Amino acid sequence: MAQKKSSDHSAEHESLHHITPFSVYMKVAIALFVLTFLTIGFHSIREYLGPAAALVAFAIAAVKAYLVMAYFMHLKYDIPLNRLIFATGFFFLLLLFAITALDIWSRVPVESIL
Amino acid sequence: MSTSRVIDGVNVQSHYRDVDHQFSSAKQGIWLFMVTEILMFGGLFVAYALYHMMYPEMFAEGARFLDWRLGFVNTLVLIFSSLTMALGIYYCQLNQTKKAAIALAVTVVCAGIFMVIKYFEYTHKFHMGIFPGAMLNMEQLNNYLAAAGEPLVKSPNLGLYFGFYFCMSGLHGLHVMIGMGLITWLFIKTLRGHFKPNYYTPVEGVGIFWHIVDLIWIFLFPLLYLVG
Repeated sequence: MAQKKSSDHSAEHESLHHITPFSVYMKVAIALFVLTFLTIGFHSIREYLGPAAALVAFAIAAVKAYLVMAYFMHLKYDIPLNRLIFATGFFFLLLLFAITALDIWSRVPVESIL
Repeated sequence: MSTSRVIDGVNVQSHYRDVDHQFSSAKQGIWLFMVTEILMFGGLFVAYALYHMMYPEMFAEGARFLDWRLGFVNTLVLIFSSLTMALGIYYCQLNQTKKAAIALAVTVVCAGIFMVIKYFEYTHKFHMGIFPGAMLNMEQLNNYLAAAGEPLVKSPNLGLYFGFYFCMSGLHGLHVMIGMGLITWLFIKTLRGHFKPNYYTPVEGVGIFWHIVDLIWIFLFPLLYLVG
């Protein structure tokens, strides 16, 4: 019965009890493992990459984060409201960073005559 | 006293229309909780980013004391535990209780391995005299480095880096331990046959919590161990 439910629901994009197929979980896990090895691979050649090394490491981390959020946390099949709720967290985080950074870089040194 | 009723074999509180209404409300609550998690860790990430931009040499020097291989192994362990957690939900949805219980047990074991590796990392740092902030024992650390034939510490405020290191990985480790407790609770409930395809709300909720623990580690690993 559960199997039948799964095939019924896979047609629509989102549903309350979406059952992700086993093969999808495996593919996502393998992708996450490969990306982790890739991170280490780029780390071993960081002298050649220079400042781009950090960028590459965080770009790979972002792809991994997407895979975890979309498939393991089922956000890909969740209702838009839950996706929006989670997104607000990141939005306010960005605000926190932007406003704090603005404060730090707009400070006038004490010895300035301004 | 109780104001719940049973629909399709599931206890549904009186203020919910049906099983699905109760499930989706619970899930929405979990997502709101996840927002607070993002903001709690996010504050530390923002502070780390800003201080890193102000004192890049000190952060590079601090990262030198971390062994990326241990962080790497812990990343693999945590990804695997995330997979087994997701499979725990999958088997609950398919009503395969035994497989769900095994998946949850493997998740707890992986979390345990993660904490054991963390324990060795922490005790090694304490042994060297590395503690967060002002507690960092510079004399002890320099003696240790001199004995090992390694260059002495250049940044007098190295404790700031390790303040971040211990706060961020410590708060994350606390989440891993809370997760272990919650998943053990799920494991016992699964063995007792509490969950069925139309009722697995706690598994789904703890699952989302466990994945966010993994999500945070995905960023902590390059941040602390690789980039520094």
